[in-house]
Amino acid sequence: MDMKVNKKLNMKDRYNLMTRDLDWEPSYQKKSDIFPYLEYEGIKIHDWSKFEDPFRLTMDAYWKYQAEKEKKLYAIIDAFNQNNGHLQVTDARYVNALKLFLTGVSPLEYMAHRGFAHVGRQLGGAGPRVACLMQSLDEIRHSQTQIHSMSNYNKFYNGFQNFRHQHDRVWYLSVPKSFFDDAVTAGPFEFMVSIGFAFEYVLTNLLFVPFVSGAAYNGDMAAMAFGFSAQSDEARHMTLGLEMIKFILEQDPDNLPIVQRWIDKWFWRGYRVLTLVAMMMDYMLPKRVMSWKEAWETYAEQNGGALFADLARYGITVPAGWTQACKDKDHISHQAWATFYNYGAAAPFHTWTPSESEMQWLSEKYPDTFDKYYRPRFEHWAKEQKEGKRFYNTTLPMLCQTCQIPMVFTEPDDPTKIAYRESDYSGMKYHFCSDGCKGIFDHEPEKYIQAWMPVHQIYQGNCFTPEADPTAADFNPLAEVLKWYRMEMGKDNLDFEGSQDQKNFKAWRDLATAN
Amino acid sequence: MSNVFIAFQRNEETRCIVDAIMADNPNAVINLQPAMVRIDAPNTLVVRRSTVEEQMGRQFDLQELHVNLITLTGHIDETEDEFTLSWKH
Amino acid sequence: MHIDLRTVNIEPLRQTFDHIAARIGPDKQASRYLEGTMDVQAAANFHYRPTWDPEHEIFDATRTAITMKDWYALKDPRQLYYGSYTASRARMQETAEADFDFVETRGLADSYDDAARRTALDFYIPLRHVAWGANMNGASMCAYGFGTAITQPCLYQGMDQLGVAQYLTRMGLVLGDQGEVQAAKQAWMDAPQWQELRRYVEDTLVLKDWFEMFVAQHVALDAMLFALAYTEVDQALNAKAGPTVSLMTRFQTELFEDSSKWVDASLKIATAENPENKLQLQTWIAHWRARAVKALQPLAQQALGADSEAALTRVAARLDTRLVKAGLLA
Repeated sequence: MDMKVNKKLNMKDRYNLMTRDLDWEPSYQKKSDIFPYLEYEGIKIHDWSKFEDPFRLTMDAYWKYQAEKEKKLYAIIDAFNQNNGHLQVTDARYVNALKLFLTGVSPLEYMAHRGFAHVGRQLGGAGPRVACLMQSLDEIRHSQTQIHSMSNYNKFYNGFQNFRHQHDRVWYLSVPKSFFDDAVTAGPFEFMVSIGFAFEYVLTNLLFVPFVSGAAYNGDMAAMAFGFSAQSDEARHMTLGLEMIKFILEQDPDNLPIVQRWIDKWFWRGYRVLTLVAMMMDYMLPKRVMSWKEAWETYAEQNGGALFADLARYGITVPAGWTQACKDKDHISHQAWATFYNYGAAAPFHTWTPSESEMQWLSEKYPDTFDKYYRPRFEHWAKEQKEGKRFYNTTLPMLCQTCQIPMVFTEPDDPTKIAYRESDYSGMKYHFCSDGCKGIFDHEPEKYIQAWMPVHQIYQGNCFTPEADPTAADFNPLAEVLKWYRMEMGKDNLDFEGSQDQKNFKAWRDLATAN
Repeated sequence: MSNVFIAFQRNEETRCIVDAIMADNPNAVINLQPAMVRIDAPNTLVVRRSTVEEQMGRQFDLQELHVNLITLTGHIDETEDEFTLSWKH
Repeated sequence: MHIDLRTVNIEPLRQTFDHIAARIGPDKQASRYLEGTMDVQAAANFHYRPTWDPEHEIFDATRTAITMKDWYALKDPRQLYYGSYTASRARMQETAEADFDFVETRGLADSYDDAARRTALDFYIPLRHVAWGANMNGASMCAYGFGTAITQPCLYQGMDQLGVAQYLTRMGLVLGDQGEVQAAKQAWMDAPQWQELRRYVEDTLVLKDWFEMFVAQHVALDAMLFALAYTEVDQALNAKAGPTVSLMTRFQTELFEDSSKWVDASLKIATAENPENKLQLQTWIAHWRARAVKALQPLAQQALGADSEAALTRVAARLDTRLVKAGLLA
């Protein structure tokens, strides 16, 4: 047989053969049984083949390039471990930023892995399914490389060792946990808009640049290497999210109001989770990269501005909470750190008052707000600490039912007034930190009443070990909760001053530099 | 009109890619940081395989960009010969 | 000359995370596999029920009839976490790439025996769709399974199968052309000899029990399909026309050996856990195996002619050996 000259297929056609063409119209099972979740959200898709794969990676290329990235990354992690790299950081207070990351963020990478496996099965088009499954692979990569990067820190510092147990139980960790639980329990299209678009595109730089640059500025080679390596995966994720949004909007005009509502909701929920990052940037990095305010202005206002200008042609508007988020950029980091300072006994990382030079930096970065509203608090606490009366709040905060952050946020136009909102539902009263969170609840109350609220659970007596005896004379509920949290009192928590971390870091550094 | 940008890790491989981008995009602005190099361009930016190959002295597959890429913005168009970022306002 | 390198020795406070130490003991170093796998899945206090499956929690052990005291007993003997997984597959990819390159640069496809070419195209290329189904099922098992120890390798296997589908497509283009690949899809859709297998695949796509899906996919189907395709048919073609096709199916051959270790270990552990599991697994295997044999018969016939019955007997015997080792057959 004469072989016809094989016309070389172009990239797009070849990729089509390698993905969409593998799929087929089923005959023995109904399509609606193979893809049972595509209708219930009200999204209308008429032609899945219109989805454009932006990065046309076949599996062989995926394995090749990812393996190369892994090799480089682990070489750095190994070098870091072998050389006591942790002693190169600016000072041991920095390590607490990593504790926040491992307990709060790393478990979300794993949730993303499972979530993308789910949508990677359930979406009706072969193209998006392949992209989602590659993302599922990437996310377990991130989960594991983060655990591995931090593993060395865990050997030498306190507060990392129970990250898994704590993510499922500790009061402030329900903020990120409920965020992702909300996403994975939503339908496949909402998941794509919430994580693929809102988180991976709109907000991602606000999570990664602070942590990764923070690592670079503070001498943390392991986290920095992880961060840069992960970021290249993020480029593919961002692209998938943006492409998905465009695709959904182009499929049917009826999709617009649904998508807009999701963008509004997820911008707000994601923004609220980023409170932890804001506080980390402004208070926890000995060598600061930039202020939260500056990060917000660059990555949200400028970049986000360009993005929403681009999406305007579909009828998409800037998210509902945008104005408030821009107003609040002068406040949230200070309010959050003050909260963690208060609850320094109940978190598995150390807290401290900012030094005079750090407060000077904060004054410069926040000329309208820091000296007026926040410096006095920190100076007051520093004074108390000097007098041996370091303040620890022993009552529990009210949490917002939606974002689950303690009710510390103020009215957008009055920073002296705590913002309270409430809704009555089914005979109960629910509390919220903002119009954004109340709006989310009011749209789907049946969902948000299910939340496992850490403070409610403590008050209901669900946060004690089996050995706890409430009838004992010396019963100390807070101490018992900390046991249940698997937090070692005096080691994992309390002020950085006088901590084992502080003592050890100094002793080890001396050992490594003196004779 | 808004900027698109692309950012890479700073190493020997990306030096050639960056040089190629600067050669093919006259309005691009380079931003050097300790471990990262970022290139901004108004509205559109193209990475051309042939230019990269000239700089590198070897064959180059545009998909190799994945190894050192950090982040980017804009809509992507990818062919075997060109990788383009753009905004469509 | 012996050089003694010193680094400053600092005593760590602990060797690993507490949940790992609880499993392996307090003073032991943990492998990257263990740290990246054990107990990583959230296990308590989920905030909301899935709107797409309100009968279950986000992660829920009751999505299967199989029960385990500890789902992390199902450790992967290959110890694949993402780093070692991509390293392994990158090595396999490099070999496969070199083999494809060998075939293409030496014109081995052009000079391949025409009858053997026809047999190969007719038998192998439609299998790209079976592999696509396996990819979908791998995603399901990862999404709805329980415990990272088993969900992780299920995704890797699913993505490996996407790789298989893509390598088969590529072989179709090298041995044939785009027209041949389309013809193979037509056969998958219409030709009578493929319908039993297509029905099998579509039926697995709607299974609710992810462990049953594991059995139907990896144990009943793939154990026999891979043996048939990458041992029996491969050898028959080699004997007739040389190793051109072997060169282009290198990845599949290596994958089969690698993943069988994991499948067998998982079966063995689940079987040994309790008699109810054993009975359930035996029931599933009996059902799906019978269907798989029926599905593969006409395809073996098409590729091997008179030798097909003997080949299928050998393939079935190989599966039996594996099941005996797993404790599922006397």
